[in-house]
Amino acid sequence: MSGLYAMAPVISARGIVNRFGTQVVHHGVDLDVYPGEVFGIVGGSGSGKSVLLRTLLGLQRPRAGEVWIDGRTVVVEGDPAATAPREVKRRYGVTFQHGALFSSLTVRQNIEVPMIEHLGLSPAARRRLADLRLALVGLPLEAGDKYPAQLSGGMVKRAALARALALDPPLLFLDEPTSGLDPIAATGFDQLLLELQRQLGLTVVMITHDLDTLFGTCNRLGVLVDGKMVSGTVDEILANPHPWIQEYFGGLRGRAALAGSGRQWPAGLRISAQAGSGG
Amino acid sequence: MLRAESSPGGLLLQLAGAWQAPTAASAEAALRAVVLPATGTVTLESLAEGPLDLAAASLLQGFEQRCRDAGLAVAWRGERPPALDIVDRYQPLTPREAGTAGLRTSPAVDTPATAPHHRYALPAEALGRRALESWRGLQQAMVLLGRIVVAFGRAVAQPRRLRGTSVARHVYETGVQAIPIVALIAFLIAVIVAYIGAQQLRNFGGEIFVVDLITLSVLRELGVLLTAIIVAGRSGSAFAAELGAMRLNEEVDALEAMGLEPVEVLVLPRVLALVIALPLLTVVADFMGLAGGAVLSWSLVDIPFNQFLTRMDESIAPTTFWAGLLKAPVFALLIALVSTLRGLQVRGSSRELGRLTTVAVVQGIFLVILADALFAVLYLEIDF
Repeated sequence: MSGLYAMAPVISARGIVNRFGTQVVHHGVDLDVYPGEVFGIVGGSGSGKSVLLRTLLGLQRPRAGEVWIDGRTVVVEGDPAATAPREVKRRYGVTFQHGALFSSLTVRQNIEVPMIEHLGLSPAARRRLADLRLALVGLPLEAGDKYPAQLSGGMVKRAALARALALDPPLLFLDEPTSGLDPIAATGFDQLLLELQRQLGLTVVMITHDLDTLFGTCNRLGVLVDGKMVSGTVDEILANPHPWIQEYFGGLRGRAALAGSGRQWPAGLRISAQAGSGG
Repeated sequence: MLRAESSPGGLLLQLAGAWQAPTAASAEAALRAVVLPATGTVTLESLAEGPLDLAAASLLQGFEQRCRDAGLAVAWRGERPPALDIVDRYQPLTPREAGTAGLRTSPAVDTPATAPHHRYALPAEALGRRALESWRGLQQAMVLLGRIVVAFGRAVAQPRRLRGTSVARHVYETGVQAIPIVALIAFLIAVIVAYIGAQQLRNFGGEIFVVDLITLSVLRELGVLLTAIIVAGRSGSAFAAELGAMRLNEEVDALEAMGLEPVEVLVLPRVLALVIALPLLTVVADFMGLAGGAVLSWSLVDIPFNQFLTRMDESIAPTTFWAGLLKAPVFALLIALVSTLRGLQVRGSSRELGRLTTVAVVQGIFLVILADALFAVLYLEIDF
């Protein structure tokens, strides 16, 4: 692992503070994502996972803190005008929690939108590339002519991924990519993501509550607790004594997913779902 | 980008520079500009900076196919970029397909789903569709009106169902908040009418009749009509957009699933609020219109305010004020009905939302003017 993490991080955040009224969501979040890894963001409901993602994307201005993507500044402290520059925005693809497909365009037109804006290809080449994305995410070509309202939940997730991949971005941000999918579809989506990540050499940052996805696809995790981020490899996080982390991963569902992933619960740790006697 | 070198055995092409999405447009142009030899082998070599991405690979795959279609062999010197293998896996080429470049894509541009029409059939068909659509629209409006009446009846029987908070909110938003714009427009229009009227009447030495002109036109027509048109634009669009967005967000379905009646919860409060607010706004508009007329009469034709009032008193019949005001609730009902109906008709896409909001405003204004014309005929017949 030292080889991977010896490289400079693609995404860095330092001292992110987000506050809504009197409610402090982030209280100095630090984060590093390295090239070629799948980084999972975990946290309780309302812990500000989506807000953090929006901050990294430059969609949400934090009260304090700085964000860099590819060494370029997305957010600078004390500069209210700075947002992610266009060159940074075309380096990443995003899927939003509910797909956020443009409802008045067909799926294929949705995929072509960023290409029209950024690539300047001929219509035929663009169409062919859009069809390639459809094939990549496992959608039939006919689905390209459908409108988002005509798609099932799983197809919306895939179509959103296809649109996020439209510009061959090296960075992919996913907000709950498998939420609302049945376990088979979710597993299929995880495998698809891993395969694409490997083949295209993507760096992926995803928010997920799906423990199977966390253990099955993520190299490292960042857990939002108490307004801060605890990050590390999956094993490091499992060994973290923080009570919330222990409860999150040590619960029945966590242990089932862990067993499914073939990992061992670190020896000597208390398992919170059983009366906390071990620690 | 692309270096070409002819040799006896064919053509050597060397990729240089960045072959990635940001430069895809120039890559496409460079590949298209390549002149293929008549025979031999096209040899490709990647000297590109960094790995090729899928956009570049897709273009190269198309180029390979173009070479093969021209009867040339394709070879790579050195490694074939791995991105091309990914493209091959997911979007394999089927050579010579349908005589095109052999690219497997979906059928070109949206093919019409229906059979081609006879040239003269189109306008007739459009007319027919339009007529059917209007008929269905009318039916739906009648159904909605019926439901509103039923909901209103229930609300009267059980006042708990009246949702006073909601009605109050809509009276505030459609009525109170509209006062400034309604007042301003009524004042200005009355000034314009008085100005033109005074100029004409001066020719006959009958300047004093400008008071009659203002009083009758503002009280009977302009006050209520202008107010209704402003409200149709302001609140009709708001109703349609609000309900339409709730439709898109499945909030209307959620209400129904909870056993709540959307007509009772969403439509009735808006209808009631508008029926309350529009007559009140009309009074404001009447007052401001008369004030505008009085100010202009005083400044342009030297009619003092007290004389204006006396003359006004003489010119109006007891019914004049009510002739205008009575129309307000009818206009309000029409505006509320058409805009909530259009809002509830939104399905599927944000474009529908925009289209139906437009329709709501246009039809609202049209219905108001149509109803006003009918009122004019009615008043004439009953000598009101």
